[in-house]
Amino acid sequence: MRILRTEEWADPTPHAAREVRKALPEAPTEHAPVLFVPGFGGGAWVYAENWLAHAASRGVPAYAMSPRGHGESGAAPKADLRAYTHDVVQVAASLPRQAVLVGHGAGALVVAQALARYPARAAVLLAPVFGGWGPAFGAWARNPFGVTPAIFGGALRPRRGQLFSPETPVEEQREYASRRGRASARAQWQLARHRGPEQPVGEPPVLVVGSPDDKLVPAKELDRVARRYRGSPLLFPGMGHDLMLDASWREPIDAILDWLEKNP
Amino acid sequence: MPQQAVPVADRHGAVCVIGAGGTGLAAIKNLRQYGFDVDCYERETGVGGAWNWRHQHSPVYSSTHLISSRPLTQFPDFPMPDDWPDYPHHSQLLAYFERYADHFALREHVWFGTEVVSLKPVSDEPGTAWDVTVRGARGGAPKTLRYAAVVACNGHNWVPRAPMFDGLDEFRGNVLHASAYKDPAQLRGKKVLVVGGGNTGCDIAVEAAQQAARCWHSTRRGYWYAPKFAFGRPADQVDAGVRGLPLWLRQRAQQRVLTRTVGDLTRLGLPKPDHKILETHPIVNSLLPYYVGHGEITPVPDVKRFEYDRVVFTDGRTAEPDVVILATGYTPRFEFVAPELIGADEEGRPHLRWQLMSRSHPTLAVAGLLQPDSGLFPLAHWQTVLFAAWLRALHTTPDPAIAWWERQRSADGRRYVDTKLKDSPRHWFEVSYRTYLKTLQKALVELDGVRT
Ligand SMILES: Cc1cc2nc3c(=O)[nH]c(=O)nc-3n(C[C@H](O)[C@H](O)[C@H](O)COP(=O)(O)OP(=O)(O)OC[C@H]3O[C@@H](n4cnc5c(N)ncnc54)[C@H](O)[C@@H]3O)c2cc1C
Ligand SMILES: NC(=O)c1ccc[n+]([C@@H]2O[C@H](COP(=O)([O-])OP(=O)(O)OC[C@H]3O[C@@H](n4cnc5c(N)ncnc54)[C@H](OP(=O)(O)O)[C@@H]3O)[C@@H](O)[C@H]2O)c1
Repeated sequence: MRILRTEEWADPTPHAAREVRKALPEAPTEHAPVLFVPGFGGGAWVYAENWLAHAASRGVPAYAMSPRGHGESGAAPKADLRAYTHDVVQVAASLPRQAVLVGHGAGALVVAQALARYPARAAVLLAPVFGGWGPAFGAWARNPFGVTPAIFGGALRPRRGQLFSPETPVEEQREYASRRGRASARAQWQLARHRGPEQPVGEPPVLVVGSPDDKLVPAKELDRVARRYRGSPLLFPGMGHDLMLDASWREPIDAILDWLEKNP
Repeated sequence: MPQQAVPVADRHGAVCVIGAGGTGLAAIKNLRQYGFDVDCYERETGVGGAWNWRHQHSPVYSSTHLISSRPLTQFPDFPMPDDWPDYPHHSQLLAYFERYADHFALREHVWFGTEVVSLKPVSDEPGTAWDVTVRGARGGAPKTLRYAAVVACNGHNWVPRAPMFDGLDEFRGNVLHASAYKDPAQLRGKKVLVVGGGNTGCDIAVEAAQQAARCWHSTRRGYWYAPKFAFGRPADQVDAGVRGLPLWLRQRAQQRVLTRTVGDLTRLGLPKPDHKILETHPIVNSLLPYYVGHGEITPVPDVKRFEYDRVVFTDGRTAEPDVVILATGYTPRFEFVAPELIGADEEGRPHLRWQLMSRSHPTLAVAGLLQPDSGLFPLAHWQTVLFAAWLRALHTTPDPAIAWWERQRSADGRRYVDTKLKDSPRHWFEVSYRTYLKTLQKALVELDGVRT
């Protein structure tokens, strides 16, 4: 539990324009709203492709956001992880009801940090990238051409084969890859150095979701993150890292919504 | 145990919260988060307490803006929108509390228009339940309910502290306490005397400078008027960054900045401060020295006496105001509870562990009874978290929890200030936010160890 937050008091994160997209159920609902947060280089659009409308069709008010420097949000080449976390907490607190937070990739770390600043109803960490030197080295070893530029301030460039299962149509894969942006160099470095997020406030239930065939996040990393939250990961074999854009996107989102129904 | 005269409705493990101002709302939310059922009683018809200026007796006037900046005022787990100004208006603060109440679905736990009239412990055990008597704020039959614990979040700016001055009765002008001041229209074109140099007095003196025909401002000592901004940033944020430095250094640096920028206020006729900076509750007002410099505010010393058509000050000067506003502060009151249960002294000031928990009956707490050198709500948040954590420990592991409490209750009644404060009745519940929060953090960490 951290009470003294000198940095937040002395040097608060300034405002930035933030993109929020939403899909709301037709009838009023008792469901908690769900806020989806993309990973580094993604944007609200990754969820707007399939998941948002699907969640709304199952009666869940669904929101997706882009942290600063991502998607349609304001440019922020110098942003740090704290600024991304701030953006998530700001959007979460702006929703009408206490929200569920869902984060993907490095966005899962951002969500995990936000859990220490906002008492979420529940949280879902999708193919989480929690950072640290070990995993950073692993990521480099698996994809030296995509990761080396990041050491010098360039963008992290996952290979397409790491993001999608072979079942995902190649044109779609290309299209999605072309829409990717990047996180700031500063945030990328902070990710490599990260020692793990703070404890959440309000003891929210936390679910870890991933694929044993994710070529970006190894299965043992999923186990490690899930253990932190005293659980085990929910696995979707055969899928790539981008669960929400993959050909079989429907399975994980249905499983998540089922889990949320059991965790009111 | 005496026979119950009226039937008591037992609410079993539920906790009673008194008041739905900012502190009460945090209490409801945090107790719910720790698994408790909550019934909150609020005598008004809405949330927000003092910040809801529709409430009769609200001490807020139309121009009130925060004196503590946003990050130091908001709840730590529910930020205000970051595109709001550094020092939001009171209507924004009310909107913030309403949003907080809706976001966490708190209103369904509040009984509006209902006043708590008395609290009685059922036993003298540390884990005692409480019989709480409530009544419709506009009358109606009282009703008694039994709760596992009670948190009083009744606020401390409701009962005006109105001093008696010699001759006040004979004075022909209009005399009101600041709590009855709402709008600058009340001053327009009038000759106004404002008494009291707290934040209320200074704000109203500035409004009188802008609206009234003439303004005298009477203070019984000299003060340091901290500006809202320093070095291009909210001054409390600049200060937060250097809180780790020794107090004497901060005092020196701040006094230096003030004398170098605002200058020597005695040149303008204001009295020299009789204390070092940071030795009173901070007065944050950039405009007061400005209007004194314009000659729109005439500084005068303490009032000696009132006469039929004039006021005489201690230095022999006089003024003939049409309106006198007494901005002399407020007195906390706890009419619903026997003084010994909150360790109240002859003046009615509670003495509580961490300025929070009853030492004799620790299932009773008073939250928000703090005057910090920052915003109140981060402190009120962590107070209610500590109380909720304690109640849960008491419920799940009673023996070690009570053993922990026994170690706590005997701790001295220390004050959570960094410096000796100027002796004034209004300073008894002043705290330094950093020192106070550190203490709460320590208690919470210990309590966490008790639980596992
Ligand atoms: C003009 C002014 C400006 C201020 N500016 C700042 C600032 O800039 N920053 C800051 O942090 N603080 C400021 N304060 C301090 C202010 O008191 C607190 O911010 C805040 O109002 C306290 O919140 P609270 O919930 O503890 O009490 P309150 O807001 O007073 O709420 C108490 C509630 O309890 C209810 N109640 C009381 N008794 C009973 C009962 N027996 N039964 C049922 N209900 C009851 C009342 O109706 C009320 O709704 C200011 C105060 C004033 C007067
Ligand atoms: N804009 C804002 O955000 C804002 C505005 C107003 C108030 N507030 C807050 O609200 C709380 C109450 O403030 P307040 O200004 O109403 O009250 P206060 O802080 O208690 O100040 C009362 C003032 O009246 C003086 N005084 C008291 N009794 C007197 C007497 N008998 N004769 C002459 N002078 C007397 C005091 O002098 P001493 O110095 O001798 O005690 C002090 O200057 C504080 O926490 C304050 O920070 C905030």
